[in-house]
Amino acid sequence: MNYSIEAENLNLWYGDFQALIDVNVKIPHGQITSLIGPSGCGKSTLLRCFNRVNERYGNVTTEGKIEVLGKNIYDTDVSLPELRKAVGMVFQRPNPLPISVYENILFGLRIHSPMRSITKADADAIVEEALKSVFLWTDLKDKLKARATSLQLEQQQKLCIARLLPLKPKIILMDEPCSALDAKGTRAVEELMEILAGTYTFVIVTHNMAQARRVSKECIFMFLGELIEHRETQSLFTDPQHEKTSDYVHMRYG
Amino acid sequence: MNILRKKSKANLPFSERVIELFIRLCGISCIIFVFGIFFFVFREGAGFLFNGLNLTEFLTSVEWQPTSLNNKRYGAFALIVGTFSVTTLAMCMAVPFGLGAAIFVSEFCSPKLRETFKIIIELLAAIPSVVWGFIGLTLMNQLIIQVFNAPIGLTMLNGSIMLALMSVPIIVSIAEDALKAVPDSYREAAEALGATRWQVIYRVLLPAAKNGLLAAVLLGAARSIGETMAVLMATGHSVNIPSGPLSWIRTLTATIAAELGEVARGDEHYQVLFIIGILLFTITFVVNLIADLVIKGIRQE
Repeated sequence: MNYSIEAENLNLWYGDFQALIDVNVKIPHGQITSLIGPSGCGKSTLLRCFNRVNERYGNVTTEGKIEVLGKNIYDTDVSLPELRKAVGMVFQRPNPLPISVYENILFGLRIHSPMRSITKADADAIVEEALKSVFLWTDLKDKLKARATSLQLEQQQKLCIARLLPLKPKIILMDEPCSALDAKGTRAVEELMEILAGTYTFVIVTHNMAQARRVSKECIFMFLGELIEHRETQSLFTDPQHEKTSDYVHMRYG
Repeated sequence: MNILRKKSKANLPFSERVIELFIRLCGISCIIFVFGIFFFVFREGAGFLFNGLNLTEFLTSVEWQPTSLNNKRYGAFALIVGTFSVTTLAMCMAVPFGLGAAIFVSEFCSPKLRETFKIIIELLAAIPSVVWGFIGLTLMNQLIIQVFNAPIGLTMLNGSIMLALMSVPIIVSIAEDALKAVPDSYREAAEALGATRWQVIYRVLLPAAKNGLLAAVLLGAARSIGETMAVLMATGHSVNIPSGPLSWIRTLTATIAAELGEVARGDEHYQVLFIIGILLFTITFVVNLIADLVIKGIRQE
């Protein structure tokens, strides 16, 4: 079995508060893994460790080891821009940049390549391909110059996925990607994940247990900063081994 | 069910109605004062403006001889050039420093350092302009004489340094507000795509905040145009088309301040000074209006 992410003895503190306690996890390659658990259980924190984006809040102390694609991302020689190029992230609220649809898709590529090294023809092809892979091309091909922040939320969220693709990431992290969307938008994003899952490794944090059951192959249950159970999704829901998992999946709390 | 009863003006307690009336008056008085000042300035200058003043000469001639006995001339061109050249030079210094400081304060400072910085910047804004003029007259004068080996240090350069120091606080505080108004989710999005701090600033923050930054620059410029005391003291106060930063100049504002005390009320010279006032009023009004429209542009987006 190939693993995209392997965390060992991971501990994390926000100031004095310990948000992750001795987490060990192996996330398999090329499929969707979901993180579930009640609010404040550390699932978003764990997700944000995988591209080290939680460090921007300051006052964060991390101990332990996370290997992403075989490389410990807490080594001193790790370049954050390169890490984030390989590990893309989609946020809870769609956050396209306040520039055109076209420039949003090229943004990642532009910051990772020398000035003016992308020709117009290449750029057009890249934008078309990225929008086609998220099924936005037909809707947006005449609106490429429109401000991305003026689109519908569902389109914005798909655009946020599309803008990761030109960087050819290996892993895509999603932090409750559907919580700002309606049922139709949720369905559309889930279908998109299922189609893209072979090419990319997805890790998705969700509050919605039904969503975790629908889309993910493996499921991780967390509780108060600890990883309680990590199993194949169906068996985690039908036959939980741990009492806390059982209580959560049967909605006795959460 | 007292709480549920619909509140109408009639059953507000008396004290509340008095307070409301008072606040209403405060708001309206603002408008009345602005129009009142404009009306007064316009009334004092209007007679000569429409009847007697050669407007072409006023706007294009460099001959400013209001006190000459047999050859009175009212050419304000050199004063207009003086005001605009000293403001432009001041903005060349204040804009890079002001915007740079705003970026530093909003993006690079620790929260603790940020508070200290903001207090110091506000302190800078609180220094009276005559104190700046005093510094220009003594300290900066000596400095310019020594550094540039100039005969005298009371020059356009001196005045613009003073103006730059006076408008930097305005530019910093408005520009910082504009940068802070950029949602954090934009920074997070760009960082999660691998942007470095500098890339986040010039590819995301500056474009997103550009209207606010422009407004900051315009309001800084309006401050410079309207400033009187410091430029009167530091620029040499001599009617002259400047040939370079080390020329002495005279500005519109300084002319009014220096001459209004010595004219007879109602005569031509007196009225011309008020026409200069109308001109200044118009310039700052236009600059402020543009700044306002630009700021409104941000809100609509």
